[in-house]
Order: sequence, then C-alpha cells, then structure tokens
Amino acid sequence: MTQYVLKRVLLFIPTLIAITLITFTISRLAPGDPTELKVGISGENLKADEKSLLNEQAKEYYRQKWGLDKPIHIQYLVWLGNMVTGDFGNSFVDNRPVLDKILERIPITATISIIVVALIYIIAIPIGIYSAARQYSFTDRFTTFILFVLYSLPSFWVATMAIVFLANVEYIKIFPTSGLYTLGSDNWTFFEKLIDRAHHLVLPVICSSLASFAFLSRQMRGSMLEVIRQDYIRTARAKGLKEKKVILKHALRNSLIPIITLLGGILPGLISGSVIIETIFSIPGMGQLAFQALIARDYPLIMAELVLAAILTMIGLLLVDIMYAIVDPRITFSKR
Amino acid sequence: MTDKKISENQFIDENTVINNPSPQSIATSGSDIPRNGESRRKVDQTYWSLVKHQYRKNKLAVAALYVVLVLVLMAIFADFLANDKPIYCSYKGTSYFPVIKQYLVDLGLTKWEPELLNVDWKNLEFDTEIWPLVRYSPNGVDLFNNAAPPSWESGHYLGTDAIGRDVLAGLIHGSRVSLSVGFIAAGIAIFIGVILGALAGYYGGKIDLAIMRFVEIMQLFPAFFLIITIVALYGSSIWYIMIAIGLTSWTGNTKLVRGEILKVKNMDYVQAAVSLGLSNARIIFRHVLPNAIAPVLIAASFEIAGAILAEAGLSFLGFGVAATQVTWGSVLSEARGATSSWWLAVFPGFMIFITVVAYNLVGEGLRDALDPRLRD
Repeated sequence: MTQYVLKRVLLFIPTLIAITLITFTISRLAPGDPTELKVGISGENLKADEKSLLNEQAKEYYRQKWGLDKPIHIQYLVWLGNMVTGDFGNSFVDNRPVLDKILERIPITATISIIVVALIYIIAIPIGIYSAARQYSFTDRFTTFILFVLYSLPSFWVATMAIVFLANVEYIKIFPTSGLYTLGSDNWTFFEKLIDRAHHLVLPVICSSLASFAFLSRQMRGSMLEVIRQDYIRTARAKGLKEKKVILKHALRNSLIPIITLLGGILPGLISGSVIIETIFSIPGMGQLAFQALIARDYPLIMAELVLAAILTMIGLLLVDIMYAIVDPRITFSKR
Repeated sequence: MTDKKISENQFIDENTVINNPSPQSIATSGSDIPRNGESRRKVDQTYWSLVKHQYRKNKLAVAALYVVLVLVLMAIFADFLANDKPIYCSYKGTSYFPVIKQYLVDLGLTKWEPELLNVDWKNLEFDTEIWPLVRYSPNGVDLFNNAAPPSWESGHYLGTDAIGRDVLAGLIHGSRVSLSVGFIAAGIAIFIGVILGALAGYYGGKIDLAIMRFVEIMQLFPAFFLIITIVALYGSSIWYIMIAIGLTSWTGNTKLVRGEILKVKNMDYVQAAVSLGLSNARIIFRHVLPNAIAPVLIAASFEIAGAILAEAGLSFLGFGVAATQVTWGSVLSEARGATSSWWLAVFPGFMIFITVVAYNLVGEGLRDALDPRLRD
C-alpha cells in the first residue's frame, strides 16, 4: 500500500511536467500581445507619434520585465523552475504574486465545494437506494424522470432564473443577489454572521450542486441495482432476512464502492462550475478570479489557476484510489 | 418512414470518420459480413433494423428525435421563420421573394433595386404580402419597443431586449450557432477519440501506454475552464469555440473505443482478416471499428448536448461568438443586467434546456437500443 502510494506520488512528477507543458503551450501560442493591455491608457494630451513611441518603449519594458523577449523554451524552463519553488510569477494586472491572490480565495471556493459535495452525497445516496429498492414503481419512475430533468438543467439558467425571480424586488426577494455577506455586518454577533453567510450561500450551492446531484443519484441507483442482482443478496433474502436489512446492510456497502470513485469526476466539474456560478453571484472565489484573469488576459494568473486546478484534481484522484482500497479489501495494489 | 430515415442519417452524420458504417449482420463473429448496399435493402434482420425496432419502443426517445428534427429544420429555415423582409410580396406590380433575393445578393449574384435598398419593408405598401412567422430579424432594433414584454399586438411574441431586438427572432437564429457548434464539436471529439482509441486498442504496448497517459492527464483539467481559456486567449470565433470544445472532450471516446477494440480484436473474423494479409488500416477501419462503434454513437449524442451547453455557457459569460451574432447564451446573459425583463431569462434558457434534454434522451434511447446490457 505504502509502496503504491509512493509510486503514485513519484508519477506526479512526469504528470506535472505534462500539465505545465500543456498549459504553457495553450497560453503562449495564443495570438495577441499581453503588453498591449499595459499601454494606451494614459497620455491623451500627447501627439500621436509621441504616444506610439512611448507605447513602444512601455511595451518593450514590460516584455523584458515579464521575460517575454526570451526564446519560448527558456521562458518555459524559467516559469517551471520558479513554479517548483512556489513562485507562480506576478499578476500582469496589479503586480501582486499570483499565488497570494489564489491562496486568499481558495478557502471560499473550497468551503462551497465541500458543502456541495457533502450535500449531494447525503441526499443522492438515499434517493438512489430508494429508487433502486422500488425499481419500476411509480416513485422510481418519477424520481428517475426528475433526476433526468435536473441533470439536463444548465446551472447558469437556474442561477439566472433564481436571480430574476427569487432575488428581485419586483417579484419575490427572499435571497440576496450577490456577495458572501451583507454590507455592514461586521459588528453582528457570530451567530448572526453565520446565518447571514448561509443565507448568501443558498442559491450558489443549489445551482452548483443540481447536475452533480442528479448524476450521482442515477449512478447510485444503477450501482444498487447491480449489487441486488448478485448471488449473495439472493442468499440473504433466501435465509429470510427482512428486505430492509438486505438492502441497507448487505447491499449498501458494496454498492457504495463505485460511488466513491465518482468523486474524481465531480471535482474538476465543480472547479469548472465555480467559474460560472461565482461570476453570476459575485462570489470572490477562485472561479471569479479565473474569470477576471481571462478577461484581462492575465497570463501568469490563468496558467497558475489551470495548473493548480489540475494538481488539486490529481491529489483528489489519489485520495479516491486510496479510499477505494480501504473500503474494498478485494483491491490490492501491491501484487498484480 | 420518415422516422427511419432520420435515425439512419443520425448514425451516418455522427461518424463521418468511418466512410461506411455498413450495417453488419447480427452474426458479426462469422465471416459472412454482407456486402454494402445489399444488406440495407433486407430490412428484417440487419443489426440496425433491430436497433431501430428497439429504439421505437422508447416513446420518449422517439419524441426527442422529433424535437431534434424540429430544431434542425428551425436552424436551416431560420431566415424564413424570422426576418424583417417578407417571404413574398408584390410591390408596385412586380413580384419579389425578398428573403431568397437576399441570399442571392449576399452571394453577389444580383443587386437590390435602388428603391428597395435599405428600406424598412414594414413601411412599404404591398399589393399582396406573405410574412415570416416573426417580422423581425435577430439584430433588427425596434426603437419603439425596447424591453417590451411578450405581446401579440406588437409582433414581439417573446418580447424584446433592452435595445429592442426581438427575442424570438434571436432564439430562432441562435439555433444555428448552437446546433452547428454541437455537431461539429462533437464530430471533432469523436474523430480524435476514435483515431486515438483505435491506435491504442489495436496496437497496444507503448502506443497504448502513451495515449492512455495522455488521456489521464487531459482529464485532470477542468474541461469548461480549459474551453474558456482557449476561447478567451485565441479569440471569440465560432471555429475556435468548436475546436476548443472538441479538443477538450475526446478523452471519453478514446477510452470507449479502446475498450471496444480490445474486446473485438481477438475475434475470429479479425484473425481471418489478418491472415488474409490486409493492411492494418483496412482491418481497423473496415472490420474492427464498425463493430466497436455502438458505444461511440451513444456518447456522441451526449457530447452534442454537452457541446451545446458549453457554447451557451461561453456566450453567457461573454466569451461566445462575435457580439453582433445573437445566441441563446447571449440573450440569457442579458437577463442579468435587466432583471425586470423576466422573458429574457425564461425563454432562451428553456431553449437550451429543451435541446439538451432532447439530445440526452436520444442518447439514452440509443443506449437502450444498441446495448441491452447497459439498461438499468
């Protein structure tokens, strides 16, 4: 087991190189010059040719400062070398270290993601079990249909509808439209702050969990149905156990195993989704930062976000695999 | 009859890679693979006719196929459904087909008469006239009806946006962007997926290892994030959007095709083809792939839905096609700035939703029909 984990961690190195190479290629092959954004803002009262000369000098200055004048492979190696030491470069926009900008926003996105994941697992598993245990019943058909609809609902539509109908003084205003807390809530009590936070998180959390929730419930139902067909379940029933006990004790444990691995697929989806949801609800998390970086063509920030997202997913997948081995003793990594 | 035709086209459209997805007989493992053309006439026992029969049992999936058909027709005939010119009119004794004439003018084949150039067709007095369903073009600005709610009298059946563009006209014309992105992006994803999957599965060894490692690495990236990055950095053209979506969603197909090929690779008929001395390319494309393609068809349908959703998401965030082109996502995003215009939120989102549901249902129907083992 330790050996396996070690091997996987060692595999991180080539994977990381591949991740950075892909990210770097995407960002540097893009047409357009990031230095363009730095010029042409000031100097309105200068003549046109003076202005363009100044602009050229400014561009040249930034090209050197950001290392864009060096050959592309050198640029990559410099960037990779700095990254290994934890230096992702400075933002093109405000010159702050990129890593700082991301780190201060990770807690927000992480909190939302954890709430979302916990919520979808807690609700999806019982629904899946119930649906499978009563296969082809009305409830089963009904929930299957509803889950299908939820699965196809675009999160940004749900979010827009919520903002228009549930957070709009013209119709119903029961939720705030944006942000994480009410302005001026600094001197509220802890409990009031907590309620306020939760109130602000209701819509974003619902919008980002719908699709994954529906997906997970369907998978849970499928997994449960698969297990119920096994011989040992027939044995359990044959020896006269109550159906409740057969399902909740004998079938449940094995049917949960494949559900754990699905976390690996849900994680990147949540990071992608956070770009849309955080932008719609103006939540200052990683997703909104990514959106702002994309609009400003802030290369170091975009690259850092992509690389960090991939690394987080990579670590998540390893944890999932380890969990897999813990819950299912049939899986051993040592000998194949 | 029409139903049959659609489902056949569906299959052919989605795997243009394989130049001939010849309907294999059900006895696939034998060497009696029927010649092309002949077998299609024998409707009763071919594989695809069985599939069709199975598919028809699922009423919801059949209905979804009709929705898809309506959407495709809507995209093709968008100019005849929503236009600020009449389809037919008789003006000062001469008959015109302005919508068709506009096509010819755009192609440079003809010119507008000076008196009809840049006129507001609504103000002309015709002897006879036939108008499209919606008398507005998606970019036409109705100055007197901006931010107007849906109304029968004004002719803005689904209302207008803040600058007076008709929502229904925008939705009808927006279907062109959505559907073309959906089909082409999914096509790219399938092309890459099938080629890489076939190479990995057929050759195995180092090629397999390299391709599968690449798949794993690509899957570490959050797909939608990668798509916006590519589109934001490279430019908001519809081609970049198609390519970006295609390049980020092929990994699943590769895994599927590889798995299927591993299954059929050692079957007798492949061994027979090898012993006949056929080239690897011929064996892969003529013998192995057609028998490994079913799961890809299912995935294709879901991928079209995913691509349409991704395109709408991009437009919604402002990274979509050029700002002059109205898309479902761009109309929906206007609702964020004009929360009192509820119709801007409801209708475009509903179009995206219905389209995604339809393709997902077609996918589920295909899955049930093609592979009964996968049924719940």
